[in-house]
Amino acid sequence: MLITCPYCGPRDVIEFTYQGDGNRQRPDPASQNFEAWNAYVYDRLNPAGEHNEIWQHSGGCRAHLRVVRNTLTHEISSVAFVRGDHGSAARRKAEDKA
Amino acid sequence: MVERQSPERKPPEHLSPLEPEFHVGSHGNFEHGVEIILTETTPGSIVQLAAWPGEEKKLIAAIRTVTGLALPDGAGGGVSDGVKSVFGFAPGKFTVADEAEGLAAAFAKVVTPAIGTVTDLSHGRTAIRIAGPKAEWVLAKFFAIDFSLPAFPVGAGRSTTHHDVFAQIQRTGADQFDIYVFRSFARSFWKALCHASEEVGYEVQ
Repeated sequence: MLITCPYCGPRDVIEFTYQGDGNRQRPDPASQNFEAWNAYVYDRLNPAGEHNEIWQHSGGCRAHLRVVRNTLTHEISSVAFVRGDHGSAARRKAEDKA
Repeated sequence: MVERQSPERKPPEHLSPLEPEFHVGSHGNFEHGVEIILTETTPGSIVQLAAWPGEEKKLIAAIRTVTGLALPDGAGGGVSDGVKSVFGFAPGKFTVADEAEGLAAAFAKVVTPAIGTVTDLSHGRTAIRIAGPKAEWVLAKFFAIDFSLPAFPVGAGRSTTHHDVFAQIQRTGADQFDIYVFRSFARSFWKALCHASEEVGYEVQ
């Protein structure tokens, strides 16, 4: 499985660390809404298809990435920096993609 | 550089971690010629710079002020003048190396806390140079990245791993690469690089 890092280009999955479900919305840390916290910790969509995920390119530029991966085919349909202000650094050309 | 050659500037801290496995001479299958040159570049300074979000241009200007090197645009862009080298390895982050010591102190004066951070890695990294017509070929056995000249131009940098050993690679010539690895892994990595170069014949200088 290859993930095309917006900074480094296509790299083997061994360079990346999975950081969890990308759909979670963390409640306000001061919140005592237990249902919201329960949902944040436990509720997962577990889709058979496209899934929003967070990955870190731990063996490369170390940036955190928002990845859309198909859980049936492992096809990666989109990769972007979690931190939007890295946008100017993402200058790999489209033809570099795997 | 001049300072480092004077006797009083050569304390034991300059001992190489590669030393027990650093055997100058030709090795491996070199009967038909040596196709790989391996050496340690021993820069006096290795510094990592990081810009806070939005301060990248100021940091690039600071690099130009201190080193005189103008970073080319683009991810992983870099440049080397043979004495000083710089390349980007992550968004807003750069590795700078210099044959002379004192680079971190020079950057600390220019890179203010509002711009970003300066981390002195001079003692934390070992710089290994691999050169020769088969350099791309040997490195391709180590790293799953494209080493061809159009994909990896001269001066550019890449960060990747070899069996969990983190490596930053800068291309400093058409067939020459400088590899920065953690100092504690350097001897192991060096031995692996020697083994990988055996079949084409290599010389340690």
